[in-house]
Amino acid sequence: MPRVFSENVPIYLQLIEMLKVSIVTGEYKADDKLPPVRELALRYGVNPNTVQRAYSELEREGIVQSERTSGRYINIDAQKINELKKGISEEYIRELFERLRQIGLSGKEIKNLVNKWEENK
Amino acid sequence: METLVCEGLSKSYGSKLALNRIDLRLEEGRIVGLLGPNGSGKTTLIKLASRLLVPSEGRITICGEEPSEITKALISYLPDRNFLPDWMNSEELLQMYGDFFGDFDEVKALEMLNNLNIDMKMPIKKMSKGTRDKVQLILTMSRHAKLYLLDEPIAGVDPASRDYILNTIINNYDEEATVLISTHLISDVESVLDEAIFLKEGEIFLHKNSDELREETGKSIDEYFREVFRC
Repeated sequence: MPRVFSENVPIYLQLIEMLKVSIVTGEYKADDKLPPVRELALRYGVNPNTVQRAYSELEREGIVQSERTSGRYINIDAQKINELKKGISEEYIRELFERLRQIGLSGKEIKNLVNKWEENK
Repeated sequence: METLVCEGLSKSYGSKLALNRIDLRLEEGRIVGLLGPNGSGKTTLIKLASRLLVPSEGRITICGEEPSEITKALISYLPDRNFLPDWMNSEELLQMYGDFFGDFDEVKALEMLNNLNIDMKMPIKKMSKGTRDKVQLILTMSRHAKLYLLDEPIAGVDPASRDYILNTIINNYDEEATVLISTHLISDVESVLDEAIFLKEGEIFLHKNSDELREETGKSIDEYFREVFRC
């Protein structure tokens, strides 16, 4: 039972992000079947209702489609993958800016640092 | 459906008030953490539900019924101590559970015991604490009950056993049942909890969905608990 979640952020949000990343990286492809709720719950040691909530949210966003008897499938095309990628990137960038602003950097300084980091890597 | 309802429930031991006018409603399909420091009333509440204690005031019902022979059949209770005759072995315990409880799933219990490679002929008293705790939990979770009352199921077990115990809980409760887990080892269980109840000096300080609590406080349940109950 790996402990992959930080406990101070709602776990269903972390599950959603994890599944979205799996889709963007191609680990899950269009029409792939998602693991049953309980299986995923056991895999990560979380409550089945939490998994259910994450799945429902992904269904609402149209990324996951539920077939009444056979389970849930990834419902995605190239365009939606790009949108997902954009959404995840923006989230990471927002966090980066928030953290660096917290220690007193300006937007410009952050941009410069990012450029430098990319050049020197 | 509501599996456990308390209305103005109080319990006093002499002049000591252990529970003070508790109102509580638990829905089916939930895993609920009953969290509080020592002496906050966790075990008292569980004992009232399982009819080991009688309320001083107010009401407690299980699936709409006052505690009785009927509710005894609806509740699977894991006490916070060794409760099985320690001379019995697993084979005899399966037999006993089958005799006592109509909802006991012997096949399931046997499968889980086999998965752990438990010697069916070894008496309880010869088992290590970890193994004994696992056997007790397997027996408790192998009943098809409506309300599981687990009093400190992970106290004093190693991390691997703790994972086994939590997985067994996730894997075996069904959507029509409620699991109430009392513990003060919050960080160990919080990822499996739907809801958290904080008991403070015999009163309900808070009863909330776990993720909502994290969202509102920006803290883990464990962190928030330490804040509320700072000594």
